[in-house]
Amino acid sequence: MAAPLSVEVEFGGGAELLFDGIKKHQVTLPGREEPWDIRNLLVWIKKNLLKERPELFIQGDSVRPGILVLVNDADWELLGELDYQLQDQDSVLFISTLHGG
Amino acid sequence: MCQVGEDYGDAAPEGPPPPRPGHELKCVKCKDGLPVVVIRAGDAFCRDCFRAFYIHKFRAVLGKNRLIFPGEKVLLAWSGGPSSSSMVWQVLEGLSRDSAKRLRFVPGVVYVDEGAACGQSWKDRARTLADVKSILQTTGFPWHIVTLEEVFALPPSVLRCSAQEPVGTIGTYKVAVDSFLQQQHTLVAEGVGGSPNSTPGEEQLSQPCTQDPQDLAGPPPADQTEALSRLFDSVKTLTAKEELLQTLRTHLILHVARAHGYSKVMTGDSCTRLAIKLMTGLALGRGAFLAWDTGFSDERHGSVVVVRPMREHTLKEVAFYNRLFAVPSVFTPAIDTKAPEKASIHRLMEGFLLRLQAQFPSTVSTVYRTSEKLVKAPRDGCASGPRCLLCMCLLDVDTADSATAFGAQTQDCSQMQSPTPPAEAPTVPCCSTEVGRAQNCFRGTRPCGREDSRACVIEQLCYSCRVNMKDVPSLDPLPPYILAEAQLRSQRRSPEIQEYLVESSDDDVHTGGSGAWVPPEQEGKDGQAACDCINKNIFN
Repeated sequence: MAAPLSVEVEFGGGAELLFDGIKKHQVTLPGREEPWDIRNLLVWIKKNLLKERPELFIQGDSVRPGILVLVNDADWELLGELDYQLQDQDSVLFISTLHGG
Repeated sequence: MCQVGEDYGDAAPEGPPPPRPGHELKCVKCKDGLPVVVIRAGDAFCRDCFRAFYIHKFRAVLGKNRLIFPGEKVLLAWSGGPSSSSMVWQVLEGLSRDSAKRLRFVPGVVYVDEGAACGQSWKDRARTLADVKSILQTTGFPWHIVTLEEVFALPPSVLRCSAQEPVGTIGTYKVAVDSFLQQQHTLVAEGVGGSPNSTPGEEQLSQPCTQDPQDLAGPPPADQTEALSRLFDSVKTLTAKEELLQTLRTHLILHVARAHGYSKVMTGDSCTRLAIKLMTGLALGRGAFLAWDTGFSDERHGSVVVVRPMREHTLKEVAFYNRLFAVPSVFTPAIDTKAPEKASIHRLMEGFLLRLQAQFPSTVSTVYRTSEKLVKAPRDGCASGPRCLLCMCLLDVDTADSATAFGAQTQDCSQMQSPTPPAEAPTVPCCSTEVGRAQNCFRGTRPCGREDSRACVIEQLCYSCRVNMKDVPSLDPLPPYILAEAQLRSQRRSPEIQEYLVESSDDDVHTGGSGAWVPPEQEGKDGQAACDCINKNIFN
């Protein structure tokens, strides 16, 4: 049984366009049976935060190739990618590299 | 290979799962710090090692190629995006270092406001420009903000390849650097020029930021903005729009560089972008020019050389660096923002490469390494020849009387541009505009049709530019400098052709070839033979 988590979700590099232009979102994830991981967070974001064009952000289980994910300013590849379990007060940042140059 | 009963229904077998970095908790370089980013396939770097690695790559690319001489004026093309922002920041940092490791050129920054092409309102553009200005002011470099609308005021000379300065060899580079350092020492010894760290170039840096005479307090002329919107609305596909935008942007930046005496332009194309550009170029028919489009240096414009110092940095590295070290950038929507995956060839190729990269992390670097091996060998060994009107590469299309399939194809391509019924105005290279009419055109006083001016422009384009122009139904909305230069170039050829073309009027209906391009080198008998050949082969 996981307690509700307070997490900061941030978008950059153009990804914020899909979220009404708002870059930082302070979210409270509801308590649930299994612990929250990035995979579940993505599902939650898709349902609650994403305003339009889900295919530009999420592809299948994971983020679209070209979108970087940083957890507490560290590459998510170092933390297990989708399986990383979120802690309270974590900061997850999604940067789109697909835009601009 | 294909067999009856072979099952195509299976999904492609999944590639090997991407190698996960072993969850070592130490940086691979210093073996000490906590890693923050994974570069390439599995190398985890800590913050400081990553920074050193990133900066070193930038300096190494510049140092390896030795094209930028000390004291040279270099224009940094800044789009506001992450890669070019990173480049500007690297230059800023590189100039402020001490002694021998310092970068030695004199930079300026140019920003092109493309909001009109993307359909943005002036209010939004002004807001972006305010952000842009504040960032430019912090760099301390002389900066130039230009709007894309200014292409309507460009002179035709921007399309001409000006005399190329001889490229310095390594010997001359060393000599230049030595003499520059010598100069510095002398200045110090004589007590002139102040501290050992100041150079003649630096005085420019402390100048108040220069601005183009056109003050951007207000919006650009409404008719220009409207003309630009009309142009981009008339283009049918997103692919052609992107290519057109790129062409116009290049011309504009070139003009700014020439006007202010810059001999080099640095663009922030990253490794990932160049890999995508290479594949896209192949799909667009630019295979002949890949070496110029994706190489470190691009000298096709003559006096101004385009340089790509960020070409070894992947987009991931750039994004991480910008985040970790707070590099300011400005987000501006582009024409392909929020476009679906299959909207254009560029989008498609980008999606393809990035998806492949997710499974096979060496994809981008492999494509990039291939691009490094491309050699800039001119076609048929001839280094000079007519250049494409728009992209300024040596023309890669065969002449009209070529017997090759490619020649026939490109001829058809341009013939298709002017779907005139056979009984009507034949399209002839020489008679492209009203000026041709005035010059005793053999076709008498019949006014030259639009199809002629279109054919006149089309035949001066390379293959890929021709293909792009297929999606532009009318050439009228194009900026005047393009049409004027096309007219000028065909005029230059016309006197020769005029002399040799068949004069009799009853043959006139079927003479000439719409795509017939006679190379200017062919004079005298050759010219006549070519034209007779055209007459005979095409319409018989």
